[in-house]
Formats: sequence, C-alpha cells, structure tokens
Amino acid sequence: MGNNIYGILAEFDTPTEMVDAARQVRDAGYTKTDAFSPFPLHEIDEALGIKRSILPYLILAGGITGLLSGLGLVYYVHVIDFPIIVGGRPHFSLPSFVPPLFELTILFSAFVAVFGMLFLNGLPSPYHPLFNVPRFALATREKFFLVIESADPNYDYEKTKAFMETLQAQEVFDVPE
Amino acid sequence: MQDLEELQKKLHPPMVEGDHTFATVTDRISDVTLKKRTPFHWFFGFAIAFMVMQLLLMTITWLLTKGIGIWGNNQPVGWAFDIINFVWWIGIGHAGTLISAILLLLNQKWRTSINRFAEAMTLFAVACAGLFPLLHTGRPWLAYWLFPYPNTMGMWPQFRSPLIWDVFAVSTYATVSALFWYVGLIPDLATLRDRAKNPYFRFIYAALSWGWRGSARHWHRYEIAYLILAGISTPLVLSVHSIVSFDFSVSQVPGWHTTFFPPYFVAGAIYAGFAMVLILAIPLRHLYNMKDFITKTHLIFMGKVMLATGLIVAYAYLMEFFFGWYAGGSEWFMIKNRMWTGPYWMFYWLLILCNGLSIQLLWFKRFRESEFWLFTLSLVVSLGMWLERFVIIVTSLERDFLPSSWAMYSPSMFDLSMFIGTLGFFFTLMFLFVRFVPIISIFEVRTLLPDAHVHGHQQDFEENVNEVEYTYDRTDPPND
Repeated sequence: MGNNIYGILAEFDTPTEMVDAARQVRDAGYTKTDAFSPFPLHEIDEALGIKRSILPYLILAGGITGLLSGLGLVYYVHVIDFPIIVGGRPHFSLPSFVPPLFELTILFSAFVAVFGMLFLNGLPSPYHPLFNVPRFALATREKFFLVIESADPNYDYEKTKAFMETLQAQEVFDVPE
Repeated sequence: MQDLEELQKKLHPPMVEGDHTFATVTDRISDVTLKKRTPFHWFFGFAIAFMVMQLLLMTITWLLTKGIGIWGNNQPVGWAFDIINFVWWIGIGHAGTLISAILLLLNQKWRTSINRFAEAMTLFAVACAGLFPLLHTGRPWLAYWLFPYPNTMGMWPQFRSPLIWDVFAVSTYATVSALFWYVGLIPDLATLRDRAKNPYFRFIYAALSWGWRGSARHWHRYEIAYLILAGISTPLVLSVHSIVSFDFSVSQVPGWHTTFFPPYFVAGAIYAGFAMVLILAIPLRHLYNMKDFITKTHLIFMGKVMLATGLIVAYAYLMEFFFGWYAGGSEWFMIKNRMWTGPYWMFYWLLILCNGLSIQLLWFKRFRESEFWLFTLSLVVSLGMWLERFVIIVTSLERDFLPSSWAMYSPSMFDLSMFIGTLGFFFTLMFLFVRFVPIISIFEVRTLLPDAHVHGHQQDFEENVNEVEYTYDRTDPPND
C-alpha cells in the first residue's frame, strides 16, 4: 500500500475543524493540498494559502474584446461596407451605437466568466480519484474533507498518514489512484 | 439587554426557520426532485398548463399558414398584442435578475432561497417574450436576418435602430440569464448526482454538473465568477428594459416620445416581476412544504419591494400627466385622449386602480403579512401592468396626427389565444423545472445555517482571528 494512491483524505464534521486542520497542514509545509466543502468557505483560502485567481483580469479582457469587436463591426458595417445616411447622422454615429456595444461587452464578459471559471477549475472532469472514496459523496451534502496529494514534495505515506491522524478528523482514508 | 436582542432579531430576522443542519437542508430540497413520489397536484397543474400550451401551438400553426393578418392589429395600430405581451413578459423576467444579481451585490440574504426559481421564471418569461416579436416579423424562418452576418444580399442590420438594439439586448439578456442560472445550479446538480439512486438520472446529473466536487480552489474561482456575473447582470437588466422603452421613446409618437421612459419602464418591470415571484412563491412553499426556507419574512420583504416599485410607477403616471400638460400641443391631446376623451379611457382608470391605488394596501401590516392579500394583489398588479402596456401602445397609435387615419383597435381571437397560450407555455416550463431541478439553491441555503460559521480560535493565528470576526460581525444575524 502507499504506491498507487492519489493522496490521503481526512473527513471533518464542521467547517471550523476543517479550517483549523488546514492551517496545521499548511504550517507543516504541504502545498499540494485541497479542501472540499458543501458550500464556499472564505476562511479556507487563507488557511490553505490559496492565491487570488486571475479570473477577474480574464473577464476584463473578455469585456474589452467584446467592446472592440463590436466597435469594429459597426464601423465596418456603417462606414466601410454599407455607408448610408439615416436620420441625418454621420456614418460613424457613436451615441446610437452605444446600446449594441454595451450588450456585446456584457455578453463576452459573461462567457469568459463562466467558461473561464470552468476552464481554470479543470472542469469538466467526469473522473477524479477522489470519487473512488464512497464517503466523499457527502462532500456535496454535509461533510468537509481535506486532502494531501501524493504529488506533494513533502509527501511520505507513513509520515503523512500519521500526521493526518493527529488532526482530529472523523476518519482518514487512502485515495486510490 | 433583552430589548437589544429583540431589536436585533427584528432587524435581522432568521432566513431559515426550524432546526436544520446541512444534511436536512440538502435532503428536504433535493428529495422533491429525487425521492418523493410526484404529487397529484403536479400532474394536475402540468396537465392544465400543457393543454393551454396547445393553444399557443395551434395559433402559431395557423399564423404561419395564413400570415399575421389573423391578428387584430392593422394601420394605424400596427403594434398591439405582440408588443404588449413582449414588454409584459420581459418585464416579469426582470425581477429574477434583480433578485439574483442586485440583491446579491447588496448582500441581502433573503434572496438566497428565492433566487433559483425567480431566475427560472426569468428564463421562461424571456422565452415567452421572444416569441412575439419573432412571430410578428411574419416570416420567422428568416429571423436570422436580424443578426449581422456576411450574406449574398450585401446587407447589414441598421445598428442605429432601436429595434436592432432590442435584438442585441434581449438575446444578450437571455444568454446571460441562462449562464447565471446554470452556474448557480452546478453545485446543486453535483449534490443530486451524489444522491441519485437511478443510474440514468445519476448519469445526467453527473454530466450536467461537469464533475463538480466542491474543491476550495474551485469555490474560490466560482465565487469570483458568480459575483462578477452579478456585477455585469445589474447594468444589463437595467439596460434591457431601457432599450425596450427606446422602441417607443426614440419614435415621434405623442405619449411615447419622452425621456423618462427608461426608469419608468424599469421600475414597472420589477414591479410586475415581483408580483409574479409572489404568485409562484406562495403556492410553492405550501405545496412542497418549503415554509422553513421561504418564510413569512421573505414574503413581507417582497411585498415591500412591490410597494416601493409601485410607488415609483405611480409617480411616473403623475409625471406623465404633468409632462403632457406642460408640453401642450399633441402631447396634451394624447393625455386627454388617454384619460377621458378617447375610447379607451376606462382602461386607463382600471390601470390606475390596479397599479396605483390597490398597492397602497401594502402600507398596512395586516395586508402585507397576509398571504391571501399578497397573492391577490400580485394578480391585480400583473393585470395592471398588462393594461399599462395596452394603454401606452394602443391609445397612442389609435389617434394618429391625421384624424382621417384614426381607427379603433380590437384583438382577434388569435391574439387572445396566443397570449393565453404563452401563459400555458410559461407554466409548463415552470412545472418541468419544479420536477427536475432543485427549486431552492441548496448550497446557498447551507451558508445561512449557524453551523456554517467558522469560529476563529486557533492560537497561532491571532492576527487573522480579528479579521475573521470582523467579517462575521458585519454580515451575520447576531444570534450568538
């Protein structure tokens, strides 16, 4: 045992216990760690040392792309390809283009927000080693889990497992690969 | 001290009633979808809605066979039921986005247990709304001409036209609402995946939840995405009904050509939308025993929002009168025509009764706290908002600048069957939603439970403890 495992998983009953344990795990120098909870817990970011995501910048870039491509579109349509005077306005009558440009900005940002989030999260992932632990199904119901992956540089099956046992978890599992 | 506690309870009423844990919340909400037998009332309601939807399908079939001449609108009233119903439906949708986006930004916790079905309501209302302009084009199979794409005709849409703004606004709104709703569903679909016994449903929920496993790193990005979606949906929802109102106010028609249409329309949209949320919430909480999550407090808050937006709308009616009188000329003629000289004056006063006067009852606790009155008033307001669009659209068009082109408008039976049919369509979709998707956001309700708080007491994190406690003091109901 100990060679073909993805990591070691500990189960907790309350968010407080898990956050406390996560701090100890971080202090012990583990970095390839993750926590699982049935709802977002803000304290865990600090406890596990999760850095702020670059997602907001991607969304901003998406919004700017939407705006510029919209601007390019209306300029091409109304100035280059099919210039026609309507309502005595100039060909490039920016104020009357504001609504479609605004909507395109929002549309592109929303797509980047949703699909960027899923992409950065590595989803879809229909298979994950953690799903091999039957108790892990409770992570979407009521229980809290903490994992140290075998890919962690400090990982050593015996030592890490012994350390996990000290965290006052309900139970500690080996996660098969 | 006792008084202080009572005051705090009054200021921050609990949003989940009863003795709940993460597990009981999960089970209570997901069992409706997974375990419980489909109740008789579901079949009964679904059957009626489905039958009514057939009216829509038959009308559309006849419409495509004969053309839009089967409707009652003709010059000078070229826009009638199709645009009235479009504006009415899309306005209803706006409350869903208000609840999911604006109330999230304002940190209003009571949105949590009503946002899921309010957002579903938005999607279905937008679907109903979209049908009307689509079919009013007469040749809906060519509707893609509305979108800019290089074509052999060498033509482009006219981006200066409010009608094209509308296409962009409504299609963006439908897309973003669907994305927002779906993102909110992902963690709950994962819950259903982990609880479903039936392998087929398990597979479907697994596919739809993208393999969500509740990782802290995932939640971190998830919350950022969710918050930013709320941030961009807020100006979006305000822009959509503003742009819908531009369809009118950018034109020259008296009674339409005013600058205050955008805020007036947006307030009216939210007003009608909250009425529809109440119409859905009151039966839902009884039939599915969700009173612990959709509490009296929720209903009272929604009643208050309805009162506030109703007052804005009432103010708009006064201003409309004032602007007409102050502008004089054809504007004043139009106001007089609407209110007393024209053939539809009764509709105007019925609208004032429904939207302006009836809502004043909500000033009183007795009406605000009674489900019966909230439900009845919501029906009245829905009718009133429909009349408002009727009055704005029909009374402005039927008295043109030239008396020789004045004409009456009356809907044909196909106008009516199409409108009633979309009600069937809407409720059919609502019934399917209630059956297959958790009607309340499970993961967000979990965060409302007292157990969800992390108590910072780790000795070697003194500096963080203060920060953590500060955050909690700010946002939590002070119950410990």
